[in-house]
Amino acid sequence: MSERGRLRTAKDLDGLAAEGLRTLYPAQPKVLVGAASCGRAAGAAGVLGAAQEEVARLGLAWRVAETGCIGWCSQEPLLDLWMPGHGRVSYGRVKPADARRIIRAAASGKPDLRQALAWMAGDENPCTAVHTPYTRGSNGWFIGLPEYAELPMFARQARIVLRNSGIIDPTSLEEYAARGGYRALLRALTELQPEDVLREVTLSGLRGRGGAGFPTGEKWRRVREAAGNTKYVICNADEGDPGAYMDRAVLEGDPHSVLEGMAIGAYGMGAREGVIYVRAEYPLAVERLRTAIEQAERVGLLGDDIFGSGFSFRVRIVRGAGAFVCGEETALIASVEGHVGEPRPRPPYPAQQGLWGQPTCINNVETWANVPVIILRGGAWYASVGTERSKGTKVFSLVGNVRNTGLIEVPMGITLGEIVEQIGGGAREGRTIKAVQIGGPSGGCIPAEQFHLPVDYESLVQAGSIMGSGGLVVLDTGNCMVDVARYFLEFLEEESCGKCFPCRVGTQRLREMLSRICAGQGTEADLALLEDLCWVVRETSLCGLGQTAPNPVLTTLRYFRHEYLAHVREHRCPAKVCRELITYFIEPTLCDGCHACVQVCATEAILGEKKAVHRIDNSKCIRCGACLEVCQPKAVQVI
Amino acid sequence: MPRLYINNLSVEVERGTTVLEAARWLGFPVPTLCHADGLAPYGACRLCVVEVQNARGSKLLSACTLPAEDGLVVFTHSERVERARKLLLELYVATCPQSKTIQDLASRYGIRQVRLAPAWEDCIQCGLCVRMCEQQMMAGAIGFAYRGPKRRVARPFDKTSERCRQCGACLYICPVCELRCHGRQAETTLCSGCLNFAPACLDFHDHAMCYLDPCLACELAGPHRQDLLLPGRIGRASSGKDKGELP
Ligand SMILES: Cc1cc2nc3c(=O)[nH]c(=O)nc-3n(C[C@H](O)[C@H](O)[C@H](O)COP(=O)(O)O)c2cc1C
Ligand code: SF4
Ligand code: SF4
Ligand code: SF4
Ligand code: SF4
Ligand code: FES
Ligand code: FES
Repeated sequence: MSERGRLRTAKDLDGLAAEGLRTLYPAQPKVLVGAASCGRAAGAAGVLGAAQEEVARLGLAWRVAETGCIGWCSQEPLLDLWMPGHGRVSYGRVKPADARRIIRAAASGKPDLRQALAWMAGDENPCTAVHTPYTRGSNGWFIGLPEYAELPMFARQARIVLRNSGIIDPTSLEEYAARGGYRALLRALTELQPEDVLREVTLSGLRGRGGAGFPTGEKWRRVREAAGNTKYVICNADEGDPGAYMDRAVLEGDPHSVLEGMAIGAYGMGAREGVIYVRAEYPLAVERLRTAIEQAERVGLLGDDIFGSGFSFRVRIVRGAGAFVCGEETALIASVEGHVGEPRPRPPYPAQQGLWGQPTCINNVETWANVPVIILRGGAWYASVGTERSKGTKVFSLVGNVRNTGLIEVPMGITLGEIVEQIGGGAREGRTIKAVQIGGPSGGCIPAEQFHLPVDYESLVQAGSIMGSGGLVVLDTGNCMVDVARYFLEFLEEESCGKCFPCRVGTQRLREMLSRICAGQGTEADLALLEDLCWVVRETSLCGLGQTAPNPVLTTLRYFRHEYLAHVREHRCPAKVCRELITYFIEPTLCDGCHACVQVCATEAILGEKKAVHRIDNSKCIRCGACLEVCQPKAVQVI
Repeated sequence: MPRLYINNLSVEVERGTTVLEAARWLGFPVPTLCHADGLAPYGACRLCVVEVQNARGSKLLSACTLPAEDGLVVFTHSERVERARKLLLELYVATCPQSKTIQDLASRYGIRQVRLAPAWEDCIQCGLCVRMCEQQMMAGAIGFAYRGPKRRVARPFDKTSERCRQCGACLYICPVCELRCHGRQAETTLCSGCLNFAPACLDFHDHAMCYLDPCLACELAGPHRQDLLLPGRIGRASSGKDKGELP
């Protein structure tokens, strides 16, 4: 970044934004590599290196930059090419050699569309309501390629939280400013009273995205009105749900949006200090946040007397201790204070007595990232998205047995069916989707018959689940629901802090009973006991972990009782998952004696000469399923 | 002074009073396992839950940690509370069937059957010993270590701390080990309590849970008397406490 003094006025911010625009939509072509953690895991670093080399080798004055998650995680590594006047095109599963080829082709003026997934004709900025077209006049370049907005996976999305992710270079303050960044903070500090900030946020109907969905405006008001001069704001980035990475994507793809949200909140509540509690396993997010904080401090967007308003705000990063339960707010505070990360009973709530005993507002990453948009567009605009009682959008990580997996952001009120069928693209080959597990480990399983349900806090709770922080796992006929419940209880048993008795002992007993049922040793009486145990764990546990831990069991018992009954009455696993309850055999009329199964069986359980019918010795078979995978004529079967 | 309603009785208490104290003051019995006068509330056993009504409905909260606030509406014996207590006690008996305190509570609340297999844990992690040691004995010689299923009471580095005064207060207050050792005894007493440890604390003192040096009584009656080492004795080795591995 060039030498720049402190920003004091709207004009200073305009200057910053103008500089950002030059790299965001440059007059020269630009190469973007999706290099968030997911991209890196798929090999984005190599692609980035290759792209840089190739651009240098050809002597091009092109910019090669990193960008955040665009949501097409199943196609990583992703490389995007910005061709001024023509648009932007995304390539999937790019290897370093492909990157070189794509750049060479583009440099010669003829785009290579092999591996191209879709092209982008423009972008929409929810902060400023500005649509930026990428094309000038007619566009012959990407003929035959779908435009992003035509793809069902993207058409149904509304990116407010992820507004900049995949578009800007997350290490560039200028590009963030070019997208309307820090304009909300400027507006709040120079035009609005703290009271106005609270009013807009209340009006927006924003509710916490970290799990419980508490109205954010109301929480802020409690903190503002709590006695005391020292107050804190905390950003909860402890995201510990297995398979969920919404918050990571925001921090890695658009770190300034969280800082700006926190600064605005601090102004509204009268806090001067902020803490971002980041999960230990998120080194890249920490790095991005550090860079962003330094950049903001250097130009006076954090620190003393921001925009000459007299308001001061500082943020520091605290790295988590690696425990799921530290995401619970009282445990998080204990952990920041240097104590063991165990929850304590509420009341008193953190809004009354939080960090160092002072009034504290804890919000989730996604909650904070919504704030700048609300301040710029107004609470009423925000409230126009979503349903009666759930406003705005929600980010989900869509995983499991659907065609398209990835990070999605959808307006509240979209139905589960629309997410699964349209965005997710429906079931995989030869399978039928039977449920979604929504809300993380302590969410619940909602059956396909209920896919008409809208995604809003109340509907999900009524169906026995929770919004949670945004895990969404699609389950199909190949999943055993008892086994699914057992898996989540195993996770929760391990992650329980162990402080309170019902959660520590209850999750252990529940997991034991589920394991027994999966092993065919359960009885019908166990089901009643399961329900009783679930009830007492939910009702009496100290914190949210225990209080929601029974959800996976309760919802599967409610909607998939027949699967439990098949296990306990007939000792049968309908999905053919539970190892103790299935038998592998070779259908003699189908076996062509190819011997392939014998090669893969680790326990030498398969008998038979080549070209003759084979047979499985069940006393040796460990039911690993390896033979099933390799048998071409599908002679290996499971009952 | 906050005025609250407990079982429809109105009561005014001093600020800082807990709902548990208020309920007991009115004479409503509320069972507890992790509460002791003089120790800071901990909220871990959950047996003291009461039903608290608010505008949005009602929920169960632990009375021992709940500050009495103006207008609070509390029920200590509602159907929901009773059901929670009974199920908790069933789970407690299954966890530590050998504890007399737990047996007594279970019998008072009419627990007639336990549907879960006994676990013979030797600690319910009520934290009384830890708080006793820290807050009354001012020693801080023991604490909790690890998380979740591995969590247990432990001494620093698994060695009896120099700060431990061998006062026995931890042992005295424990609701689970009461059938065992009664602290240092006169030479002439043969309490045999230590036999109920697994392993017997004299043999493997470093692994014993009571953190005390063995007394002469144990030495006389203790593990040397093989005839007393009954196979089915209570207090099997379990995950609950700081015993380390058997040598
Ligand atoms: C076991 C447990 C884990 C949690 N983990 C997280 C987390 O990783 N991130 C988060 O934002 N909130 C988490 N929460 C919710 C927080 O306690 C808290 O409600 C939230 O951060 C408040 O922010 P919000 O109002 O913006 O949602 C967790 C709660 C529980 C009980
Ligand atoms: S409910 Fe579970 S995680 Fe929460 S305090 Fe109790 S033991 Fe710890
Ligand atoms: S399931 Fe596994 S162990 Fe059994 S026969 Fe097939 S390969 Fe062998
Ligand atoms: S005997 Fe030692 S550990 Fe126990 S309370 Fe006394 S000082 Fe603490
Ligand atoms: S040893 Fe006894 S007093 Fe200490 S936590 Fe365990 S059960 Fe409670
Ligand atoms: S006595 Fe209140 S939770 Fe134990
Ligand atoms: S009598 Fe106390 S340890 Fe033996």
